[in-house]
Amino acid sequence: MDNYILAIETSCDETAAAIIKNGTEIISNVVSSQIESHKRFGGVVPEIASRHHVEQVTLVLEEALKQAEMTPQQLSAVAVTEGPGLVGALLIGINAAKVFAFVHGLPLIGTHHIAGHIYANALVQPMEFPLLALVVSGGHTELVLMKEHGSFEVIGETRDDAAGEAYDKVARVLNMPYPGGPHIDRLAHEATEAVSFPRAWLEEGSYDFSFSGLKSAVINYKHNMDQRGEEIIPTQVAKGFQDSVVEVLTAKTLRAARQYEVKQVIAAGGVSANKGLRTSLEQTFTEEGIPFYVPPLKLCTDNAAMIGAAAYQMYGAGIRGNLAMNGRPGMELTNWVK
Amino acid sequence: MIWLGIETANAPLSIAVVKDGKVLAEVVQNIKLTHSVGAMPAIEEVLSKAGITPAEIDAVTVSEGPGSYTGVRIGVTLAKTFAWAIQKPLVGVSSLKALAANVKMSDAVICALFDARRQNVYAGVYNGAQLNTVIEDYHDHIDGLLEKLKALQKPVLFVGTDVEVYFDKMQEVLGENALHVPSTLDLPRASELIAIAQQQKLPSIEATHAFVPQYRRIAEAEANWLKEQKKGQL
Repeated sequence: MDNYILAIETSCDETAAAIIKNGTEIISNVVSSQIESHKRFGGVVPEIASRHHVEQVTLVLEEALKQAEMTPQQLSAVAVTEGPGLVGALLIGINAAKVFAFVHGLPLIGTHHIAGHIYANALVQPMEFPLLALVVSGGHTELVLMKEHGSFEVIGETRDDAAGEAYDKVARVLNMPYPGGPHIDRLAHEATEAVSFPRAWLEEGSYDFSFSGLKSAVINYKHNMDQRGEEIIPTQVAKGFQDSVVEVLTAKTLRAARQYEVKQVIAAGGVSANKGLRTSLEQTFTEEGIPFYVPPLKLCTDNAAMIGAAAYQMYGAGIRGNLAMNGRPGMELTNWVK
Repeated sequence: MIWLGIETANAPLSIAVVKDGKVLAEVVQNIKLTHSVGAMPAIEEVLSKAGITPAEIDAVTVSEGPGSYTGVRIGVTLAKTFAWAIQKPLVGVSSLKALAANVKMSDAVICALFDARRQNVYAGVYNGAQLNTVIEDYHDHIDGLLEKLKALQKPVLFVGTDVEVYFDKMQEVLGENALHVPSTLDLPRASELIAIAQQQKLPSIEATHAFVPQYRRIAEAEANWLKEQKKGQL
């Protein structure tokens, strides 16, 4: 019998619902973005995000069912992002999911947001293990090793800013609007020369990342130029910054892929939409002969389809949540297989 | 006609099922348990005790605020999703009016209030058995509220678990006209919420999507942003 999961995601500033068939096929995928509301604040304001989620949540649920031409009775389970994320935002999706599951007598599955980002790839092609995932977004920068479905080992993570966070902050230095990532990416591609910024390799052998030093270097550079009365060239600053981020991300991912002899490398999360990063990873792993995949843009940014894909594997493993489920803003990525 | 009432606007929680004007089951609690954990199991429990299935419910009502932002949102999200899922109407009731209803048998002026921190309160002032509005629900400094109440020159019955925070001040300004109800009447009850909702016209089922909390206060980030805009114009 086919499995259909209704998934809900409200961990940050997108209110999303999707229906996924057998963990691999998108039947419907609805995302209501709040980016326009947060632009004027220069970033996501948690209280505003929560207010928007309440306004949108039943609309996106109805739209997901409507686009799928399905009734709740045809569903196998309800899945929702349990964490990590903004707690007030998470709670909207979780409480909506609990009611929906209760009213329709469906099992409830609480899913990890990063597991979702990784499983976005299962919607594009089958995952093969061992698999290495580079998760890069506004809130996360992690290298995750998977030996099988439901097994996650975080082998490296950022010690300070997430890559996307650094992008947004540097964009602000260059007077670019929020969200800054796409603007930096675009500016970087317009430059032929780059300002030289440091690379944060950390201790030898470490798979961890650090972007706050790089961010400070950009701020200091601008400051010094201002003091000397010189104009910075935004395209060259953008390229210098992006070159540093991309080089470190690519090199560490490559080294980990070799060490763990993975069969597949995948990129996930909003920053994996970055052209500079995609190109670098694609070239590197083509040369290395390891299959590299990155999901299409609409599956890189926050969405519920990815939550449904991850929840399908949890469903099969017998994982179930209950009506007392709470939002877990600092939820760790743990295994659901023994 | 079977109603489900949901009240999570502040620290207390109340869930009730009322059939044809009679309370079948009700939970009222004031414990340190976050509504995101406690509310849904309480709904399940109350429905189970009342022997009512979700599909049998004819209408849902919720305490729409003001109150704790997160608390109000949890209640509204639960109620909205419930009403939409069973395709029945959703009625919003003021959290302050529902609380004032605890003492509606009195002829006195009733002031329901919740602490909004830093000497601020959410307050609603009602009159008599019909709970006519004297001062519409709003957010104010406690001093501002007390000035307005003083001008009424009548005894004021204060209701709510947060009244004790400000009672000294209330007595200072209003003297003998400041009265605090017995503490057994300080907790909101979802059955009172339903009693008020029953008097209102049922909205269309489609209206549920657009249902939002009544925060009675704009978000801090938005207030700061508006302030900056004003500065820019000067």
